[in-house]
Amino acid sequence: MFQGFLRKGSFLLLALVLTFALAACGDAEETNENEDANNQVEESNGSNEESEEEMKEEMMEISGEIALDGSSTVYPISVAVAEEFMAEHGDVDVTVNVSGSSNGIAKLIEGEIDIADASRQMKDKEYEQLQEKGEEAIEMPVAYDGITVVINKENDFATEMTVAELKMIWEKDSTITKWSEVREGWPEEEIKLYGPGTASGTFEYFTGAINGTKNESRIDYNPSEDDNVIVNGVSGDPYAMGYFGFSYYVENQDKLAAISIKVDENAEAIAPTVETIKDQSYQPLSRPIYIYPTKSVLEREEVKAFIKYYMSEKGQMLAEEVGYVALPQAEYDKNLTHVE
Amino acid sequence: MNGSTSVSNTSINNNEKTDKQQLKHMMKRKRKNKFFHAVFFISTLFGIAALLLLLGQILIQGLGWLNWDFFNNYSSRKPENSGIKAAMVGTLWMIGITAPLTFIIGVATALFLEEYAKDTWISRVIQTNISNLAGVPSIVYGLLGLTLFVRMLHLGPSILAGALTMTLLVLPIIIVASQEAIRAVPVSQRHASYALGANRWQTIVKVVLPSSFAGILTGSILSLSRAIGETAPLIVIGAVAFIARLPDGLLSKFTAMPIQIYTWSSQPQEEFHHVAGAGIIVLLFMLLAMNALAIFLRNKYQRK
Repeated sequence: MFQGFLRKGSFLLLALVLTFALAACGDAEETNENEDANNQVEESNGSNEESEEEMKEEMMEISGEIALDGSSTVYPISVAVAEEFMAEHGDVDVTVNVSGSSNGIAKLIEGEIDIADASRQMKDKEYEQLQEKGEEAIEMPVAYDGITVVINKENDFATEMTVAELKMIWEKDSTITKWSEVREGWPEEEIKLYGPGTASGTFEYFTGAINGTKNESRIDYNPSEDDNVIVNGVSGDPYAMGYFGFSYYVENQDKLAAISIKVDENAEAIAPTVETIKDQSYQPLSRPIYIYPTKSVLEREEVKAFIKYYMSEKGQMLAEEVGYVALPQAEYDKNLTHVE
Repeated sequence: MNGSTSVSNTSINNNEKTDKQQLKHMMKRKRKNKFFHAVFFISTLFGIAALLLLLGQILIQGLGWLNWDFFNNYSSRKPENSGIKAAMVGTLWMIGITAPLTFIIGVATALFLEEYAKDTWISRVIQTNISNLAGVPSIVYGLLGLTLFVRMLHLGPSILAGALTMTLLVLPIIIVASQEAIRAVPVSQRHASYALGANRWQTIVKVVLPSSFAGILTGSILSLSRAIGETAPLIVIGAVAFIARLPDGLLSKFTAMPIQIYTWSSQPQEEFHHVAGAGIIVLLFMLLAMNALAIFLRNKYQRK
């Protein structure tokens, strides 16, 4: 009986392995054929008359795969747009991944993805790396985010702070450990600091805007790639402080308070709200967030359609729905010139 | 030890004194026993309490979100529309490839090392390496998979790349477990087989495997449960966080249950944490089912 099982079992396993192997070969061939077919379609399109082409574009059911990766801040918008886009175009598969702005851009340079989600601008060095591969990235701002500095609900003294005071706390090699060292009259309690990790675009923007030098920050804070860790840390300690994207504050307003920020001593303290982020009065922490397609992927019909959808009124609504602030229409129009 | 010898020494000298001393020693030993009994009991309780707390929290968080839609929907920006379909199917695909691969390669390696390999320094080096590999952190396998399968072999962040990475991760564990099971078969049984004129292969098929099969299966299934729960290597090789399509081949992109749970739990909306709870319940259920299968198979083959 046992041997019977063993014999049958090994046959079964062998059969399984073979099936998988065959399936793999079959797939590879299939995709190749598909690609060939697509190429032919494109070629024949090119030779057609222009008016007909336009007609066809409307009629032609687009298909293909679009891969996005990068910032966790942009992720919710990209997922929302992908979801609604796929509901209308069933044959296009959009995948969205999260690995941080820098890693997303690195994957774009390697050609592993089609569009990078980024909560910071691409650096010259990264542009150069792309150029070496004969590629070019197109910067497309998609929404405004306001980096929100949060404190515990019970904290009633630090509701307004100046940029200089924030810098004292967060700058490189800062020796401040207690609130009383920041401003006279504040309690002599230890400040527990929480913030995003160094691969994050939010970290880069915050350090640039507050400390003056990008990526330079004190290192003795609790860094986390998961913003909920920051939410939990600050909501659990009356003397804690942290920062992250606006949407995490919107979702956790019952647990956290946002610090109103003064650009300097005499300026008005501005709290982060949809209005202050939209009219850019929330300074210096309101920032645009971006997607970066490459020039070559923008030639693909499905990518064009996806970008158009992203920049449409529907796309803007989705950005606001997930906690961000839509840009002025002119910005979207500028993005759209790349896909016409 | 010391105490008891001194007791026996003194008992010859003075009876009355020794009685008292003996009693004192006995009480001391009893107290010691009671103390450690309590320590061990509390340690056990601690583990169980932590487990119950975890289970309770997850059940409270996720049970209300567990319904048919949850199994039949893809992930979504809206927590109420989010489902685990893509992740569940992705995990099943991955395990479907990893299981036969690891089982065949793992058991074959174990048989070679135990039954065929001579005790040379090479085989000892191999043996040590395998034991060490079993303890290498999973993220290292993820990096290996990224360079080898995703980039060098151009498999991309596909199911096949994920499954092969998991195979590498699980292999050392299966090999070590299978070796233990094979080693537990008494040498006398093998000798009996040889004495009847059977060769190595006949002995393996008719003597060694039948009596070690239960152990091999248990080890394999338990190590596959580890593969199901691994997140780090899959994140490294680039399994996606959002996909709204089922895999249609070995080279399609995929997501797996731990990745989906991780993504949900890092969303800003509180509701997503409940969705993550529901995902954890499904994952735990799968793991429990696999472990139950391991126990069932062990009992079935051990009775013989």
